[in-house]
Amino acid sequence: MTGYRIKQAVRNGRKLIVADPRKIELTNYADIWLRHRPGTDIALINGLAHVILRDNLWDVEFVCERCEGFAEWSEVVEGYHPKRVEEITGVKAELIEEAAHLFSQAERASIVYAMGITQHTSGTQNVLSLANLAILTGNVGKEGAGVYPLRGQNNVQGACDMGCLPNYYPGYQLVDALESRHKFTQFWGTDLPDKPGLTLPEMMDAAYSGEIKALYIMGENPVLADPDANHVVKALKNLDFLVVQDIFLTETAELAEVVLPAVSFAEKVGTFTNTERRIQRVRKAITLRGNTQSDWETLVALANKMGHNWVYPRGPEEIMEEIARCTPSYGGINYDRLETRGLQWPCPTSDHPGTPYLHRDTFSRGKGKFHGVHHIPAAEEPDEDYPLLLTTGRNLYQFHTGSMSRRSKLERMRPEELMMMHPDTAKDYRIKDGDYVQVESRRGEVKTKTQVTDHIPPGMVFLTFHYKETPTNRLTNSARDPVCNIPELKVCAVKVKKVMN
Amino acid sequence: MKEILVCGGTGCISGDSRLVHDALEQELSRQGLEAEFKLKYTGCHGFCEQGPVILVTPKDNFYCKVAPQDVPNLIHQLKEGKVYDELLYVEPTTNERILTRHDVPFYKKQQRLVLKNCGIIDPENIDDYLSSCGYKSLQKVLKLQPEQVIQEIKTSGLRGRGGGGFPTGTKWDFARKSVADNKYIICNADEGDPGAFMDRSLSEGDPHAVLEGMLIAGYAIGAQEGYIYIRAEYPLAVKRLSIAIEQAKARGYLGKNLLGSKFDFSIKIKQGAGAFVCGEETALMESIQGNRGMPRPRPPYPAVKGLWDRPSNINNVETLANVPVIMEMGSERYAQIGTEKSKGTKIFALTGKVNNTGLAEVPMGITLREVVFDIGGGVSDGKKFKAVQIGGPSGGCLTEEHLDLPIDYDSLLEAGAMMGSGGLVVMDESTCMVELARFFLSFSRHESCGKCTPCREGNTRLLEILQRIVEGNGEMEDLDRLQSLGENIIQSSLCGLGQTAPNPILSTLKYFRQEYELHVKNKVCPAGVCKALLSYKVMEDKCKACGLCKKSCPTEAITGEKKQAHKIDVSKCAQCGVCMEKCPFDAIIRG
Amino acid sequence: MVSITINGNQYSVPADYSILKAAEENGINIPTLCYEEGLTITGSCRMCVVEVKGVRKLLASCATPVTEGMEVQTESERVISARRDILRLLIANHDLRCLTCERNGDCRLQDYCYRYKVEDTPYKGDKKHYPIDTDNHFFIRDYSKCIKCGKCVSICAEVNGAHVYDFMERGFDTKVTSAFDDTLQETTCTACGMCVNVCPVGALVEKSVLWEGRPWEVKKVTTTCSYCGVGCQLKLKVKDDRIIGVTADKSGSNLGHLCAKGQFGWEYVHSQDRLTDPLIKRNGVFEKASWEEALTYVAHRLQGILQERGGQAFAGLSSAKCTNEENYLFQKFMRTVLHTNNVDHCARL
Ligand SMILES: Cc1cc2nc3c(=O)[nH]c(=O)nc-3n(C[C@H](O)[C@H](O)[C@H](O)COP(=O)(O)O)c2cc1C
Ligand code: SF4
Ligand code: SF4
Repeated sequence: MTGYRIKQAVRNGRKLIVADPRKIELTNYADIWLRHRPGTDIALINGLAHVILRDNLWDVEFVCERCEGFAEWSEVVEGYHPKRVEEITGVKAELIEEAAHLFSQAERASIVYAMGITQHTSGTQNVLSLANLAILTGNVGKEGAGVYPLRGQNNVQGACDMGCLPNYYPGYQLVDALESRHKFTQFWGTDLPDKPGLTLPEMMDAAYSGEIKALYIMGENPVLADPDANHVVKALKNLDFLVVQDIFLTETAELAEVVLPAVSFAEKVGTFTNTERRIQRVRKAITLRGNTQSDWETLVALANKMGHNWVYPRGPEEIMEEIARCTPSYGGINYDRLETRGLQWPCPTSDHPGTPYLHRDTFSRGKGKFHGVHHIPAAEEPDEDYPLLLTTGRNLYQFHTGSMSRRSKLERMRPEELMMMHPDTAKDYRIKDGDYVQVESRRGEVKTKTQVTDHIPPGMVFLTFHYKETPTNRLTNSARDPVCNIPELKVCAVKVKKVMN
Repeated sequence: MKEILVCGGTGCISGDSRLVHDALEQELSRQGLEAEFKLKYTGCHGFCEQGPVILVTPKDNFYCKVAPQDVPNLIHQLKEGKVYDELLYVEPTTNERILTRHDVPFYKKQQRLVLKNCGIIDPENIDDYLSSCGYKSLQKVLKLQPEQVIQEIKTSGLRGRGGGGFPTGTKWDFARKSVADNKYIICNADEGDPGAFMDRSLSEGDPHAVLEGMLIAGYAIGAQEGYIYIRAEYPLAVKRLSIAIEQAKARGYLGKNLLGSKFDFSIKIKQGAGAFVCGEETALMESIQGNRGMPRPRPPYPAVKGLWDRPSNINNVETLANVPVIMEMGSERYAQIGTEKSKGTKIFALTGKVNNTGLAEVPMGITLREVVFDIGGGVSDGKKFKAVQIGGPSGGCLTEEHLDLPIDYDSLLEAGAMMGSGGLVVMDESTCMVELARFFLSFSRHESCGKCTPCREGNTRLLEILQRIVEGNGEMEDLDRLQSLGENIIQSSLCGLGQTAPNPILSTLKYFRQEYELHVKNKVCPAGVCKALLSYKVMEDKCKACGLCKKSCPTEAITGEKKQAHKIDVSKCAQCGVCMEKCPFDAIIRG
Repeated sequence: MVSITINGNQYSVPADYSILKAAEENGINIPTLCYEEGLTITGSCRMCVVEVKGVRKLLASCATPVTEGMEVQTESERVISARRDILRLLIANHDLRCLTCERNGDCRLQDYCYRYKVEDTPYKGDKKHYPIDTDNHFFIRDYSKCIKCGKCVSICAEVNGAHVYDFMERGFDTKVTSAFDDTLQETTCTACGMCVNVCPVGALVEKSVLWEGRPWEVKKVTTTCSYCGVGCQLKLKVKDDRIIGVTADKSGSNLGHLCAKGQFGWEYVHSQDRLTDPLIKRNGVFEKASWEEALTYVAHRLQGILQERGGQAFAGLSSAKCTNEENYLFQKFMRTVLHTNNVDHCARL
């Protein structure tokens, strides 16, 4: 959908810069295509900022009035002259200059990114450097400008907003802040743990080492979705008790002691929050299947079985009322208001119209801060033993681990994994289009069919993680970004050999 | 020096005028006469009926139907300073030989302003154009402000010759006022009307005049680029325009800083695949852009959003060729030609059942009678005048009662016809008006681009109804259907094609309704054209029962006793017509 | 703002409005077949023609901007006569097997024929017949029912950017098709299905709805797509408690546009593999259990570990597939019942 809008904009005469190692549909629409090596985002972005500073194309007024940290940051960027950036990224210096000029001269420019930026050991830094670029050119807080992270799953935003995070209560209220803990202790009427919890990868490590004994998984399939899948399986097997709530008997559910059937979106009442922070209704289209019951009912029943007294006679609508009471940004949300169309948070009161874009006059933290960040090489780079760089992603017809999309007609569009490999690389390995190969990393191996294509540069291969027949995440590196613990799914080193099917 | 001007227009070329030219060249060189006679291969002289034609100056002697074998005799006479009588034009009514072109009736009532160079200059030689005041108008214009140029065109009263008759100066003004990084001038040389060839002749005979018109238009609206959209079926015109562009570039009439001014202009040729609808301005622009040639809704008009979404001004070839003429003679003098609302001249392609077919440029306001009978020499084969179709397939027919109508944009519209691009087809009593309408409609149906419902579907249905009628299967309600569907197509179609396609039906229905009714009710085609309706009948009151017909009928379809009117059995009749020829009393009719 | 008169009443509307939009916003419906908000105006169907005082021809209201003082008639005799002829012409060249058409009752062509009392067509003659293309996985293409409105061509080119369709041939022979008249598999088609959703008649129909129910028997439920984070709004088509298809809903920021997953990716809901009962693994094999049994079992196990090891022994993973309400309860469960902050979801993947 975002792709549609970008293409529409280009057809309407807007300019497009695409930074992607792979040749994707959008590169056909791009005025400039920066084909940098995976894992060199910061260098590239700093290079662009360098040129913008050098050629005096930045928004002086905006930076002076609304930002801080500029001086320190500019010293960092100073070192990224285009020639050096060319060495790191493989993008020609002239092209970097051209892109910097195009970007900074636009009256309004947006930056759109997704997992390609975040799934690195330097993920947080990558995002910060994009933010630097946006504030440097004054492209924040006005319509048609800004930085747009694209959220992969339908309700990632909502899961975060609702506090399914180890360090936040609903509405990003810190668990280790006395004030908010006090608030929720009162609100929920029970004592609360005071230290932030573990993130998903840390949980896996803790399960592996035996610190975590019981895991409750609701609607997730970490065996296929998480990096270094072999490690994940071992961790899950090491648990005392695993309960999985899902609509299918997934690879993860297979390992559980108890599996609770869940309901699909078509049988649910509730809300999702999309990537624009828009809270929208999910409506029940069909009755419950078989012996299933709504997931909220399951949670309520379980809590009550464990001695609590949760009562929501009016169901999800009433739960939303509770959310609104404890979550300031959702304060004005209720089902009546969502009936005709969604509302974008922050929406603190029931007469607030919602907030289409953030940071209009001020940043949430006051002033926009420049963060000086340096290029950090990926945790694992190709070497003699594992000479090829593997990067991962998605294709249009499948979704995530495929548990939904593969059970629909979409399956027929792309029924199996096709590893992309450049013709030159294929020649070196004597691999032809359609050949089967074994791909191996330090962590595991998978088998896949090959597609020989120049959509990917030489020396690199591309796999998705949609297919359980080719569980790509057995190969990926679970090395993480130190700040937010996001794993480096976009870069790891592999080797390839031809095999018979 | 004497000039021998051999017509190199497409009409004469198909009559082998090239061979005539080459024979002249050889003969002149054989006799060493090159210094005495300058031989030129020119554009169309207009009198295609008589081609290949040759004009010899300065005496203005006009030779017709010249063949290569005539050349030695011709040269012989010319060398002696004489006139070669044999090849002079013969006036058909008096059988007199006419000495000069000026006195040839076909030319007598013409006013050749736009065509003044056609047939006189060598279109492949820029010097010839320059020596007949070529590019003088451009030089004049470059000293004026663009607004002044537009004012001149407005004062001249020039209206578009491509069919619509929109005031050219006003159109330029709109385009001038649109602000953009780039603007375009488009010359519409698509000329899709069957039978029309004025734009082709102009492009072939005087290509620089077209370029000069575009340059002036470009200067006036502030455009730097021009396109000539021309159908690929006009290879000679394409060739001559291309040569002209190259020569103009070489002499600095195209390019940057023209003639020392700040004005830049370049011209490209774009060849079309010959779809009629691609002559429609918005479809034409789609076609230049490489898209399917389908009209787009207006507004936005080309002057605001045209080619590549930039302001564009599109004019017809003839319109543009008028521009240098106006600038040269002055707009006020030009405005004295023609009628109050239609100024200047118009070129018509005269075809059909008329003695002199060809291209004629006449002042606006001339009567139809003058065109058909004086210039055209009347209806051919001594037949009776029935009607003219004016404006091609989008136009309408005019009858005897309109013969004294002055030809101008508004009177034509009022009479249910239109100027169109200038096709003028003369019809005599042997023309079936229903069949005529059917013919034009099958053209429009075929050329519909298929975008909008009324034209795409409606013209097919109109044609089906007409087909039924000429085949004898029509019913009276069909006439009402033609009328109401025709009106609705005109009312609701997207572009000019659909908005005019039913015109031939509506105007023939209006003036010749009886002919339709005869087809439907009596299953008779009075003109004897519609094959399925041909039947021979014996008129009882005239039959003297002589029996000659009965004897001559090869299929024994005729019966009758003595003193009894004879009868023809339609089911046996082979429609050979022998009986009708044989009947001494004209008692047998066909219809 | 300009003031215009429509059917005798005066209105004040923004100067950049078309007549169609001005009428629409003031509650005056003008019939349209080829108009679709957001797509380039082609002005091709001519259904929306209106009479404007002082103009000789009828004007397409979708393509004509309002001007100050304009006087418009949207249902005058001339207008109705033109519309009736357009409808008669369309049905004269349309496969009229309405009895079994999937769009019967949900078809603009039918609706307008009813509105303008067009019972039949006097224009009987040539009629185009094309074989039905059933070759792609998702929808059929029955061009004997196509009215050449061109919306499929535009939405594919202008929204998706795939440029799969265009017109072929001219005049009466005009047909919508793909490059080289090939099946869609051979083209750049991304199976977004937006062409199916804009088709005003039964020319493009999802395979999943074929013979599943008449349009009026099908319930349409507006909801949010279950795939990615854009959160497209869509309508689920439900018959007999089963989803049979998806159609556009314009209330969200996707403006009715969808991708292949939203449009055709819903079948998993009815997959045979769906879990329908709680399962408890005993001796390495899953056995079906009742809810009471399973929940008691889980509560018992959790309680045991809680008593033995405290909250730090628990972790919970919630899902970006679940609703806000479920996610809220899940973290509340982890924090208040199991006393741990070890709660996360897959935001990072
Ligand atoms: C179906 C159709 C065909 C046309 N064909 C031609 C054509 O062949 N040549 C032409 O000059 N104008 C043609 N026109 C008119 C053009 O659209 C346009 O009005 C004209 O080029 C404007 O030039 P003018 O103002 O100099 O007449 C056609 C219009 C229609 C509707
Ligand atoms: S009137 Fe005919 S030619 Fe013009 S747009 Fe409509 S279908 Fe095409
Ligand atoms: S297939 Fe449907 S949408 Fe496409 S042109 Fe035909 S009627 Fe219109």
